Amino acid sequence: MPPSETEFMVPTPTPLHLAVALNGAGWHPAAWREPAAQPERLFTAGYWTELARQAEGGLLDFLTIENALNLQSDDHFEADSRTDRVRGLLDAVLIAARVAPATRHIGFVPTAITYHTEPFHLSKAIATLDYVSAGRAGIRVQIGARADTAAHFGRREVEPLRRDVLTDPELQRLIVDRFDEAADYVEVLRRLWDSWEDKAEIRDVATGRFIDRDKLHYIDFEGRWFSVKGPSITPRPPQGQPVVAALGHGSVPYQLIARSADVGFVTPRDAAHAAEIVAEIRAGQASAGREGKTVHVFGELVVFLDDTEGAAVARKQRLDERAGTEYRSDAQIYVGTAAGLADLLQDWQAGSLAGFRLRPGALPHDLTQITEKLVPELQRRGLFRTAYEADTLRGLLGLGHPANRNAAA
Amino acid sequence: MTKQIHLAAHFPGVNNTTVWSDPAAGSHIEFDSFRRFAQTAERGKFDFLFLAEGLRLREQNGQIYDLDVVGRPDTFTILAALAAVTEHLGLTGTINSTFNEPYEVARQFASLDHLSGGRAAWNVVTSWDAFTGENFRRGGFLAQGDRYERARTFLATATELWDSWRGDEILADKDTGQFLATAEPGTFRHKDAFFDIAGQFNVPRSPQGRPVIFQAGDSDEGRDFAAASADAIFSRHSTLDAGRAFYADVKGRLPKFGRTRDELLILPAATFVLGDTDAEAAEIAHEVRRAQVSPQTALRFIEQLWNTELSDFDVDGPLPDFDPVVSDNLISKGRASVRQFAKDPVALAGEWRARADAGNLSAREVVIEVTGRQSFIGAPETIATTINELVQADAADGYILVPHITPDGLAPFVDKVVPLLQERGVFRADYTGSTLRDNLGLDPITPLRRPGETVTARAAS
Repeated sequence: MPPSETEFMVPTPTPLHLAVALNGAGWHPAAWREPAAQPERLFTAGYWTELARQAEGGLLDFLTIENALNLQSDDHFEADSRTDRVRGLLDAVLIAARVAPATRHIGFVPTAITYHTEPFHLSKAIATLDYVSAGRAGIRVQIGARADTAAHFGRREVEPLRRDVLTDPELQRLIVDRFDEAADYVEVLRRLWDSWEDKAEIRDVATGRFIDRDKLHYIDFEGRWFSVKGPSITPRPPQGQPVVAALGHGSVPYQLIARSADVGFVTPRDAAHAAEIVAEIRAGQASAGREGKTVHVFGELVVFLDDTEGAAVARKQRLDERAGTEYRSDAQIYVGTAAGLADLLQDWQAGSLAGFRLRPGALPHDLTQITEKLVPELQRRGLFRTAYEADTLRGLLGLGHPANRNAAA
Repeated sequence: MTKQIHLAAHFPGVNNTTVWSDPAAGSHIEFDSFRRFAQTAERGKFDFLFLAEGLRLREQNGQIYDLDVVGRPDTFTILAALAAVTEHLGLTGTINSTFNEPYEVARQFASLDHLSGGRAAWNVVTSWDAFTGENFRRGGFLAQGDRYERARTFLATATELWDSWRGDEILADKDTGQFLATAEPGTFRHKDAFFDIAGQFNVPRSPQGRPVIFQAGDSDEGRDFAAASADAIFSRHSTLDAGRAFYADVKGRLPKFGRTRDELLILPAATFVLGDTDAEAAEIAHEVRRAQVSPQTALRFIEQLWNTELSDFDVDGPLPDFDPVVSDNLISKGRASVRQFAKDPVALAGEWRARADAGNLSAREVVIEVTGRQSFIGAPETIATTINELVQADAADGYILVPHITPDGLAPFVDKVVPLLQERGVFRADYTGSTLRDNLGLDPITPLRRPGETVTARAAS
C-alpha cells in the first residue's frame, strides 16, 4: 500500500534516548545548599533510591553514577582544600547494585576507573549487576590516571598524568597509551562476558556434570599492559553484553568510543559540531571494522530548568553567587524552560545524535523538571516513549541480544 | 551465665557439599536465589549471611572441574543488592587481600556499610597462587611465606583508611556554606614492605566505622592474626572436642594482644540434616552423602589424593594398591582442600586403606566416610539441644550453617530449630539493634579504638 499524503507531510519523528547523570547533590558546586537539597543524605541508600525512582518515573533509558578513586577537587590534577563543596563519594557500582532491586525498568550505568580497577573484578561486578537488575546493567569506563590517584595504589609501572607534562611533548603519547589501555580493558570485559556460552550449565545427573566445560572458554588476552586468562567466574550475564559507554572530548577518546563502546557521551557546542563529532566517530568505527555495530552518540548538557526562563536564570545566578564563581563545564550549559530545552534537543538531534545525557544542575529539582516537564513536552512532540517498551537496557537502546563470539554458528 | 547463640547462613558453595542434582535445587546465579536465601535467614533472625569467593575456576587434570556447582556472582555486588531486600541481616563477604588493593577494598566495604546501614563484614583471606594470579594484571606475585604478612599489612592499611575519617567532618551547613569541617579529610600516609601509598580516602566514616572483620585461617600464624585483628573466626572445628580445643587456644591468645574474650567470636562452619526423627534424619543424611559423592566425584577425590589421573578406575572396587604420586605439581588447581591431601599423601592413603579394610568398604564408600560427614544430624529437638550444648560448653559461640540445597535448604532449620532455641532463651526472638556489630554483641567502634592501634598502645603502656 502506498504511503498516504499526510505521512509525507508529517514524518514520524525519531524518538530520542534520555539518560540522567547523577553526581552528588547535582553538578553545580553550590547545589547542596539549595532548599530542596539533602546533603546529609548523600551517603545513604535512600537518597539514591529516590533519585532512581524519580528517573524511572520519567521513563528515562538509564542513569549514570559518577565515580572516582580520589576525593573530588576543583583542580583536575590534584586535591584542593576547599570546605565549601561536596566531598566524599561512594562506590558507583555498589550504589547501582543497592538501588537496582528497588526499580524495574531503568538502566544503571555506573562509572569505573580503568587505570586501577582490575578488569577481571569489574567484569564479574557488571555481570552481577546485570543479574541483580535482570538485564539493566551497563558500565562507563573512565581513565582516571591522575597522579594523586595513582599515589593511592601500588601500581607503579604505568606513568600517570601530571600537570607538569601538559607542556611536555610526551603528553600526547601518554594520553594515547591510556586510551589504548582502556580499549584493551573493554576488550577483556567483553571477552569475559562471552567466556561462558549461554547454555553452559547442563546439570546432567547421569554423567554427574554440572557444566559442559566445552562451552567455557579461556580468553587468553595478552596486551601491551596486562594479560588475563579467564574464563570469568560468573556465567554470561542476561544481556549477553552489558552496555559499555565512554565520555569523550576529542579525537583520542572518540576513537575509544568508535572501537569499543555501545554508547558515546560527547560535548558538542551546537548541532553542527554534534554532526562533526558523529561523523568522526562513524569514520573511526569504519576503520575499526565496526561499521555494522550500533554506537549511539549522546550529547551532554548541564541543565537548569524552571517554569520560566527568568526563574531559571535567577536560580542559576543565585547558585553562582553562592559558589563564588560562575559555573563552567566541559559540556554546554542550558538555563531555561523545559520547552526551550526540547527545542534545543530537537535541533541537536538533527546532527544525528541518538540521545542525550542530561546533568541536572541541582538535585532533585532539575531531575524533577526533566521527568515532569521535559519528558511530557518531548512526548507531545512524539520524541519520547510513553511507556517502557523493553525489559533490558539493551532492549531500550535497540541494541538487541548479541551472539556469543564463542558460540558455534 | 547462659551464652546467647549466634547463627549465620552460608550461601551454598562451589564444592560437593552442595547437591545440585536434587530436584529442589535452584540457581546459584539468579538474584532470586540470593534474595530467598537471605530473606529466609532474616526470617530466622540470623546474625548474618556469608559468601565465599573464588577468583579462578578450579581445574583437575588440566581441565575445568565440571562436577560441582561452577560459577558465582561478584561478592560485593551481590551483597549490595541484598542490602535492598533485607533490613537487619549482616552481609559478610570473603575478599582476597592478594588480588586487590587496600584503597579500593576499603572504599568498597565502607560503601557497602553506608548502603546497608551498618551491616558490612569482611572475611579476610589470602592466596599466593600464580594460577589465580593469571586472571589479574598485577599477577600472582606473592611468595607463599608472605601471605599472612600481606594480609596483616593489607588489613592494617585498610583500617588506617577507614580511620582517616573520624565521623565529624561533614557539616553540610547550608547557611554558612561549610560542607566540611576540615580542609583535608581522609588524609593518610602508609609505607611498609607491601604498600607505599598516600593521599586522601574518599569515603566518609561509615555507620560501623569499619566492616566487622572475619578471619578463617587455621595455622598458628592465622590464629595469631585473628586474635590480633579479627572480630570473628570462621573455623572448621564443629565437633565438641576439636571445637573446645580450638576455642580455648584462640581465646587464650587474646590477652597477648590486649583484648578480652568477648571481642572475638568463634563461629565454625556447619552442615545439617533434619528429619522428623533422629532415625529418619540419619537415613536422609546417608542419601545426601551418596549424592554429594557421586561415582564421578569419588573418582576425582581419589585422583586428588593420589595426585594422578585414574581414567579407568572402578570406584566400586578397592582403593588403588599403589602409593600416591608425591610432587609439588598437583593435578588439582584452585582448591584449598587439596593442600590438606598434599601434606603427607602416602600416610593419608594408608589411613584411607585402613578404613576400607576395617569396614570392608569400596573406594567410593571410603570417600563418603572420610570427606565430610554432616555436622548436625537429627530431629529438630536433637539439633537444638546439640547446638546449645556445644555453645554452652565453649566449643563455639555459634555456627555458620551451610545447607546442601540452594536456595531453600535453610528453611527447615529456620522453621523447626530456631523456635526451639528461642523457647530456651538462647537465641534472639527479634533483632534489637541496627548494625551487624549489634547482632554480634560487639561494642561499637570509636574512631580512637582500632585493632592495630589498640594493640600497640596497650603493649606500650
